[in-house]
Amino acid sequence: MREKNRGLALFTFLIFLFLLGPLLIISVTSFEPGTVLKFPPQGFSLRWYENIFEVEMFMETFKTSMIVSLAGNLLALALGIPAAYALSRFQFKGKSLLNGVFISPVLIPGIVMGFAMLKYVIITYQLPIYAGLLVGHTVLMLPFIIRVIASSLSNFDFAIEEASLSLGAGRLETFFKVVLPNIRSGIIAAVLIAFLESFNNVDISVFMTGPGVSTLPIQMLTYVENYFDPTIAAISVLLMIITAIFMFIIERLMGLSYFTKR
Amino acid sequence: MALLTLENVSVAYENQNILDNFSLNIEKGQLISLLGPSGCGKTTTLRLIAGFLEAKAGRFLFDGKDYTRVPVNKRNFGFVFQSYALFPHLSVFDNVAFGLRLRKVNQAEIDQRVRHILDVVSLNGFEKRFPKELSGGQRQRVAIARALVIQPDLLLFDEPLSNLDANLRVNMRVEIRRIQQELGITTVYVSHDQEECFSISDQVAIMNKGIIEQLDDPATIFKYPRTEFVARFIGFNNFIDFGERTEQDGEIHLTAGSHTFRAAKNPGTANHSGKKGAIRPDDLVVSAEEPADSVRNVLKGKVKVSTFLGRSYQYVVETDLGDFTVNQEMDSPYKAGQPVYLMFPKEKLVLVD
Repeated sequence: MREKNRGLALFTFLIFLFLLGPLLIISVTSFEPGTVLKFPPQGFSLRWYENIFEVEMFMETFKTSMIVSLAGNLLALALGIPAAYALSRFQFKGKSLLNGVFISPVLIPGIVMGFAMLKYVIITYQLPIYAGLLVGHTVLMLPFIIRVIASSLSNFDFAIEEASLSLGAGRLETFFKVVLPNIRSGIIAAVLIAFLESFNNVDISVFMTGPGVSTLPIQMLTYVENYFDPTIAAISVLLMIITAIFMFIIERLMGLSYFTKR
Repeated sequence: MALLTLENVSVAYENQNILDNFSLNIEKGQLISLLGPSGCGKTTTLRLIAGFLEAKAGRFLFDGKDYTRVPVNKRNFGFVFQSYALFPHLSVFDNVAFGLRLRKVNQAEIDQRVRHILDVVSLNGFEKRFPKELSGGQRQRVAIARALVIQPDLLLFDEPLSNLDANLRVNMRVEIRRIQQELGITTVYVSHDQEECFSISDQVAIMNKGIIEQLDDPATIFKYPRTEFVARFIGFNNFIDFGERTEQDGEIHLTAGSHTFRAAKNPGTANHSGKKGAIRPDDLVVSAEEPADSVRNVLKGKVKVSTFLGRSYQYVVETDLGDFTVNQEMDSPYKAGQPVYLMFPKEKLVLVD
């Protein structure tokens, strides 16, 4: 038994090393004082963290990313909450088809989605770059919003809605006074996970960005093509920290198992 | 005039009629139960009255007004759910105050009315608790308080006790009856539990496949079921199909095979034309000795199975009119194969359709 356990422990360690090792190396090299990315680093310095804030393109694209992710999030919520509600609450023809359609952006490769949107939406309707980005990210976030909110509605006893109606509340009033407060943590989790998906997205954004307008991950990609200094490692560390904080909040709100079960 | 009238209503679900041309009258101040097996339409009837369902035909009259198209939130009926359906995000106080706030009652009056109704359901001191901090029985009381505090014109219960354990069920049903009588509120109560309905109701409607088989006070139903379905439902499980039926000297004479039976006329209720005899296992008498000639309604048979029920023995007796089940208290039981005589007291032999 002991032998077996030790083997399993080693295996687990190797898996974690494989998963987390690159992140660890990036984190360590971000403190490199020299001008070239090196491992192990030759000393300790925060100069490349300072550099992030001095490169104007990073600040500019960070702002774009924030605006697109937040605004897209609101749009996706406006579309996603009613959709999730309808899918959980009612039985109707074509429900499983609709379920599939709403999940499809997760299943279809981002590159395909991005290209399709560029060709059939952005070009067809001559959307300006900002608007295109927003549409793309809304579509990108929608399945996450719907899935997470639908799963928090799956534990919801709809008799509560009827109780509210029988006490004299209208349908809309019932939704805001009774349904919404009870799926609040699901909505917050949905917002956070969708935000991460959108903020870190490359494959759809790459088709939507254009001259003068870009998102942070796309800017980072462009940067590494031209420079090899540790700035990119520093930014990566900051993004990892943001992601970790978000995941922590989500875990506290409803448990990560929400995203592994279908 | 009846307070509530369902007039020839029909309700269909996925093209299947659950209620078809259904009618029901309820008098003011009464507690009426709808009782029946699952799928009999009792919950549908209740939800139709509440306004959660819409009838595709027929009318619903309440207090002389046509309520057929009045939406649920304008009906002012209190509804108590099987799952209690308390608002998980609100405290006991806020749960109960929910309906009052919607009615724009001022804060002082809300305080006073909520406290009073929590008093009625014996829950004062629990105002700040949340539903998840309460036991099943307490949740049910909150649900009842929440439905009562709006001073509803009608109170509706949908299997309110089925999630509680047996002891609590008995206590709560007494409680429900007490509150209902104290406030004199007209109540419709749905359950599949016979004892529950019989113990608290003024009237019981036994339902089957979307129709009311019998609507009477509990004692009448218990003694004089009208139909075979009702009889079976309340524990008559011996039946005899009779051939000819004649009335003589205030008795009903019936033939079955070579036997003649006599049944008493049911007092009170309309003595209908039923030709099927029904009798409870407890009301049959079994004996190993041949009864005197003067005793009527005797069938000779043979014990087929003998089982011990604790207080009494149960026998299945084989006769030329089929098998009969009989319960009898005795010290030494009959053995399987033993010849016995079954006696059917004429007052206990009920004729059903």
